[in-house]
Amino acid sequence: MTNTLYQPAITVTGLRKSFGDNLVLDGINLTVHQGTIFALLGPNGAGKTTMVQILSTLISSDAGDVTVAGHDLACEPDAIRAAIGVTGQFSAVDKILTGEENLRLMAALNHLDREEGRRRVAELLERFDLVEAAKKPVQTYSGGMQRRLDLAMTLVGKPRVIFLDEPTTGLDPRSRRGMWQIIRELVAGGVTVFLTTQYLDEADELAGRIALLDHGRIVAEGTPDELKRLIPGGHISLRFADAGALNTAARVLGTTSRDDEALTLQVPGDSGVTALRELLARLDEWSIEVAELSVHTPDLDDVFLTLTGRTDDTQKETVR
Amino acid sequence: MSTVAMASYPLRDTWTMIWRQLKHMQRYLNLTIQLALIPILFLLLFVYVFGGTLGDGLGGGSGGRDAYVNYVVPGILMMMVTAGNTGTAVSVSMDMTEGIVARFKTMAIARVSVLTGHVVGSLIQAVLGLVLVIGVALLVGFRPNATAVEWLAAFGVLVMISFALTWLCVALGMVAKSLETASNYPQPLIFLPFLGSGFVPTDSMPSWLRVFAEHQPFTPFMETIRGLLLGTGIGSSAILSVAWSAAIALGGYLWAKKLFNRQA
Repeated sequence: MTNTLYQPAITVTGLRKSFGDNLVLDGINLTVHQGTIFALLGPNGAGKTTMVQILSTLISSDAGDVTVAGHDLACEPDAIRAAIGVTGQFSAVDKILTGEENLRLMAALNHLDREEGRRRVAELLERFDLVEAAKKPVQTYSGGMQRRLDLAMTLVGKPRVIFLDEPTTGLDPRSRRGMWQIIRELVAGGVTVFLTTQYLDEADELAGRIALLDHGRIVAEGTPDELKRLIPGGHISLRFADAGALNTAARVLGTTSRDDEALTLQVPGDSGVTALRELLARLDEWSIEVAELSVHTPDLDDVFLTLTGRTDDTQKETVR
Repeated sequence: MSTVAMASYPLRDTWTMIWRQLKHMQRYLNLTIQLALIPILFLLLFVYVFGGTLGDGLGGGSGGRDAYVNYVVPGILMMMVTAGNTGTAVSVSMDMTEGIVARFKTMAIARVSVLTGHVVGSLIQAVLGLVLVIGVALLVGFRPNATAVEWLAAFGVLVMISFALTWLCVALGMVAKSLETASNYPQPLIFLPFLGSGFVPTDSMPSWLRVFAEHQPFTPFMETIRGLLLGTGIGSSAILSVAWSAAIALGGYLWAKKLFNRQA
C-alpha cells in the first residue's frame, strides 16, 4: 500500500497509434509522477488529443505499454476508469440538464450513496461558483461556466489522475486564469494532472514537466527551465556610453558579439543571478561604466519554434 | 487499496441513465406530443376522408366509415410505434455527437446502460403516445370488443414490438453521420404498415405486392393486435410477431452494442 505512493501516476513506453496510413503517435515514452502537473505541448494535429484518448481508455493503441494509476491499460481498463477523470476539449456536459442535474448524474454514476452524493454536488457547485446557475439548463451557460461545470463533473468521483485536454482553449483571459487557479489547487490536493495545451504560457505557468509533441514524436522533455536551456539565446546585453568603454569591455569579456554603432555587447550564456553577479564584478574590477543592461531569457516560444522546426528569422538574429 | 472499489452496478447505472432520459423527456414534452401528431393526422385522414369508401371495400359486416375505424386503428398504432422510433434515432444520434458520451465511456460504468437508458426512455414515450392515439381513436368511433386481459395483452404486444424496433433505431441513430440522416434512416419503417395489412386487406393487392405484404413483420404485428382488440382471427400471427420481435431486438441490440464500442 505504501509503495503505491512512489509509483508513477502514468508510464508510457513505446506507444504507437495510426489511423489508416496516418501515423499519429510514433513511439512515445514518458513518465508522470504523482501529484505533479505534466503538460503535453504541441501544435494542432501533433497527436495530443489522440494521446489523451488512449490514456483515458477511449481508444486503443497499436503498440506499447501504458500504466495509469498503477493499472495496466490493456488488462484493467475498468480499474483505470475508476481512478481517472477526463475533461476534454469539447465540453462533456449534458446541455439539456441543469448544472445541478449534471453533477447528480455524475454522483450516481460514481455510485456515491445519496447523502455523500448530495454533499459532493453542493460542495462542487459552491467551489466552482455555479450555485446561482445550478437550476438552469446548461444550454444557457457561458463558455467559461460550461468549462467549470465540465471540470466539476470530472471531480465528483475524486479521481487521482485527471486528464485535461486543452482546458482553456476558447476561454477569455479571466476565465483562463480562474481555470489555472483551480488546476493548481487540485494538484495541491495530491491529484496528478496530465494536461495538453498549445499555449506555451499555460505550460510554463502550470507544469512541473513539459513534453513537446510534434508529428507524433516527443522532441523534447524536461522542466520549463531545462527546456529553455536547450536552446541558445539566453544572453546579457550591455550598452556603453562611448567606444572606449565598449573596447575595454570587449577585451575583458572576451568572445562576445559587439555592435559598434549601437555601442552594445552581447554576452551569451546563462543569465542566472550568479553569472550576472560575476559579470558585474568583472566590469567593476576594470572600472567600466555600463549605461544600460538587459537580460534576455529565452522563453518557451523560442524553444517551441526552434524544436518544431518553425524557427523564425528574427529569433536567429538575436541569437547570433 | 485502489482495487477495492471495483464492484460494478449495472442495474444502478441503467436506472441512472433512465433517469437522465426521463429528464430529457420532461424538458422536451412537446416532442412526445409532436411524435403522436402524425399518426393522429393519418387516423383522421383515413377515417374521415378515405374511410367511407375504404370501409365499403372491406367486405362483410356493415361496411362504411364505422367499420373502417376499427380496421385501421392497429395500423395507426404501428405508425405511432415507428414514429416514436424516429425520435429515438435522432436523440441517440444527438447524444453521440456530444462529448458527454465520451465522458461516459471513460467512466467505470456498465457501458450498455447508456443505450438501455435510451431504449427504456423511448418505450415510456411510445406508451404515452399510444395512449394518446387510442384516446383519439375512441373519440372518432373506434369500438374494440376486447376484455381487460385482451387490452393488456395488446399493450404487451405493442411494447414488445416497440422494444424490438427501438433497439434497431438505436443502432440506426449511431450509424448515421448526422442528425438528418438519423431522422431519415427509420423513415421506411413508417411506411411498412401501408405495405401490409394496416390500411387495406392484403388480398386486395396485386400478387407481387401481396407476397411482400404477407411476409413482412408488420402484417403479423397488426393482425395480432387486431385479433386481440377486435376478435378477428390471429392464427400464426402471434407466434410470428414474437419471433420477428426477438430477431429484430437481438439484431438491433448486437449491432448497437458493436457500434457503441467502436473506436472514435
